Amino acid sequence: MMDQSVEGYVTEDGRQIGGVLMELKNITLRFGGVVAISDITFDIREGEIRAIIGPNGAGKTSMLNVINGFYHPQEGQITFRGETRSRMKPYEAAKQGISRTFQNVALFTGMTTLDNIMAGRTLKMHKNFFWQMLRHGPALEEEIEHRRKVEEIIDFLEIEHIRRTPVGQLPYGLQKRVELGRALAAEPSLLLLDEPMAGMNVEEKEDMSRFILDVNDQLGTTIALIEHDMGVVMDLADRVVVLDYGKKIADGLPSEVQNDQAVIDAYLGVPH
Amino acid sequence: MELLYNIFADPFVQMATMPDFLLQVLWEGFVTGTLYALIALGYVLIFKASGVFNFAQGIMVVFAALSLVGFYQAGVPAWLALLLALGVMGLMAIGIERLVLRHMVNQNEIILFMATIGLSYFLIGSGELIFGGETKSMITEELGLPTGSTVLDVAGGIVILQHIDVAAAVIAGILVAALAFFFNKTRIGRALRAVADDHQAALSVGISLNQIWAVVWFAAGIVALATGIMWGARSDVSFALQIVALKALPVLILGGFTSIPGAIIGGLIIGMGEKLFEVYWGGLMGSGVEGWFAYVIALIFLMFRPQGLFGEKIIERV
Amino acid sequence: MIYREAGQFRTSYKQDSAIFPILQDRIAIYFYLFIAFIVIPLFGSDFFINSMMIPFLVFALASIGLNILTGYTGQISLGTGAFMGVGAYSAYKLTTYFPEANIILLVMLSGFFAAAIGMVFGLPSLRIKGFYLVVTTLAAQFFLEWAFIRIPWLYNYNDSGAIEVPQREAFGIIVTGASATPTVRYLVVLSIVVFLTWIASNLIHGRIGRSWMMIRDMDIAAELIGVRPLYAKLSAFAVSSYIAGVAGALMVFFWLGAAEVESFDVNHSFLILFMVILGGLGSLVGSFLGAAFIWMLPIVIRAIPKMTGLDINASTVEQINFMIIGALIVFFLIIEPHGLARLWAIAKQKLRVWPFPY
Repeated sequence: MMDQSVEGYVTEDGRQIGGVLMELKNITLRFGGVVAISDITFDIREGEIRAIIGPNGAGKTSMLNVINGFYHPQEGQITFRGETRSRMKPYEAAKQGISRTFQNVALFTGMTTLDNIMAGRTLKMHKNFFWQMLRHGPALEEEIEHRRKVEEIIDFLEIEHIRRTPVGQLPYGLQKRVELGRALAAEPSLLLLDEPMAGMNVEEKEDMSRFILDVNDQLGTTIALIEHDMGVVMDLADRVVVLDYGKKIADGLPSEVQNDQAVIDAYLGVPH
Repeated sequence: MELLYNIFADPFVQMATMPDFLLQVLWEGFVTGTLYALIALGYVLIFKASGVFNFAQGIMVVFAALSLVGFYQAGVPAWLALLLALGVMGLMAIGIERLVLRHMVNQNEIILFMATIGLSYFLIGSGELIFGGETKSMITEELGLPTGSTVLDVAGGIVILQHIDVAAAVIAGILVAALAFFFNKTRIGRALRAVADDHQAALSVGISLNQIWAVVWFAAGIVALATGIMWGARSDVSFALQIVALKALPVLILGGFTSIPGAIIGGLIIGMGEKLFEVYWGGLMGSGVEGWFAYVIALIFLMFRPQGLFGEKIIERV
Repeated sequence: MIYREAGQFRTSYKQDSAIFPILQDRIAIYFYLFIAFIVIPLFGSDFFINSMMIPFLVFALASIGLNILTGYTGQISLGTGAFMGVGAYSAYKLTTYFPEANIILLVMLSGFFAAAIGMVFGLPSLRIKGFYLVVTTLAAQFFLEWAFIRIPWLYNYNDSGAIEVPQREAFGIIVTGASATPTVRYLVVLSIVVFLTWIASNLIHGRIGRSWMMIRDMDIAAELIGVRPLYAKLSAFAVSSYIAGVAGALMVFFWLGAAEVESFDVNHSFLILFMVILGGLGSLVGSFLGAAFIWMLPIVIRAIPKMTGLDINASTVEQINFMIIGALIVFFLIIEPHGLARLWAIAKQKLRVWPFPY
């Protein structure tokens, strides 16, 4: 295993990564008799792209749900920005700057692209009920201020042409992009991506990879992503943690993990 | 102080000092509960197979009863009227499947529910048009159902049992047993359970959704007819019954939407609970409490156990 | 041709955020308002105003209320009738205690009582989702119906159990009671409905409306974004019940002139739900269209026998009404679950490219 000292490490392409942003210690998650996650410990460092990989059913999405506060682990602790807690509500996770995308695109299908991404700004909008009733005045000004920010994201993700389209009508690849936009709108410090490339063709994957790298590079956002495509993982990730049957079986730089026998066994040695 | 006594002590004192009256009340509640259960059964059947809460079940009960009486009044002998009424319900089932359900396969549950509301309005209108709006009496004797009553000497007093009520309980029991057998032991029953679980998977195994739905709605129609007969025997056939059918909702909440035994137990609990509350505590609150009491029970239940006594626990996944 | 947007460029986010960004739409709104405020009072017959326009407006308002709860927030409700009743009885008691006060003000205040009760019955929605919520609102409906009879204080202890609207003034003009003219009553109702529609529209287009729609579409994702289900759902119940309450007060004070418990029964809840479904869930325009359709249709059907000379008795007409409404609901849900509002939007879309097909 690589030397993961407290001060940070150097990635394979020479970037210096800093201190720990989130630490998960001894997390165990059970559903009735089924153990989804068993005593897992790993950390996510500020500014890195952390991949969580593993065969189907390994517990990856459950792990993300634990980070989000959607599932509460029966055992273990989560430390985020120095604060330790064992249970967190989704609302608090969002407030602390954690946002995510979902495996089965969880967009608001009755709303347009623009509205969906504006939805991501929810926590930043404060004008109270009274002003909302009037709209004209402070509420509208706030709306426009956030609209500016959202347009930057739309520009970044190249989705201007579908601004007013109800997202239910969009093709899958575009939906995933809108979902990324919605997550970005919250200006998160930790971005969780659950299989962002699933169901995409080569071009779409290249676009999405470019977006993810740009987000990490230009905005400095820390990213944790679940992904099945080994090529993508090796290219994008700074560090990788491998899960299998709810347990952690490897943790380190992509090149280390790729050659780890336990990992190869778990996957039967076939990257896809 | 007196209020506290009235709420927490007096009713029980009354129950204890007049046990025969208590038994009578419990019996009445049991009978009402059986009828609720019968209505609920119809809902369960349809929900089990198609995931739809069939708001029109209530009016189907009325329609079935009215057809029966209508045929009889037209001069047809009772047993034939029964068969014809069954035929009407069968035709209704096929009609509904063909005209409504077939076109709404992918809609979500609330839209389907609203469609059944529309359906019930249509049936109310056409029912009144065809049969007229006046109350009719059920052809109880002609069907061979017992009338009269028995007086039992119990617990120092008397309890009166109407024979028709006993018959209702027996018939309900037979229906439940038959349906349970049908669902668990026959090929069609298995197919029904498959459809309830997953439409697409059932289709891929070769089960015809259209046929299944027609069968299910017909089964619900049979239950509706039985309910209509029993209810009509007790309190005449009128369109007011279809509002009472809304009472099935609390029953289904308690028993779970997909459980046949749940419908029975839920019905009995609601029926007896309602009656007890109304008789012993109703004086404090004024009459008419049974109009909403069942809903409040269901509401409290939902807060603590959203899936009901027998339903399956819902786990949300993201 | 007429409806083309060519040449209308929106050069600022402010312009783009306008509720009616297209000029033709803005003109249309002013046109409708002109007709409503000027043309109808001047040229409409008393019958038309009394039996068509006022009830249409009252039901449109109630539909907007229900639409906010069911169409925008996805919380199905069968309690609208009872909430209207709360508003009506509140207004009645308020005016009993403050007979000199401006009745319009009291009507607007009565909505708050409905909002409070709405929030109480909305609390279960935090745990109960989807279809099961029907039970809660039915509990509200039947319980409140019972309360309306069982609390004689509500109807000032009179023997019949009904309330009768006394003569009241606003701004020095008699607006309720037997002496109030249909035109005056119509203008009061119209003003209140326009005002509340404006407020509803503002809420819907802003942050709060978005949070409602988020809850409707995917409440789990909404929570993970930072929407608090408590605030979103209870605010929906509050606003929706407020509007329904005011509609109820308007119904009694400015249309019927009197009311009994039956005026707020579960059948009314269903009626307004139908208006919302047929008009279009999640559409303000739809609320108006649905109310117009369901209110006017029976009147039209009743008029047919007279016009064509067919001899059909009144109850038969009613039964046919039921059948047609029921069939239409099923029809619409199959063909266009989004209701008349979607048909209207499609028509406008066709207009944009007319005379070309696409």
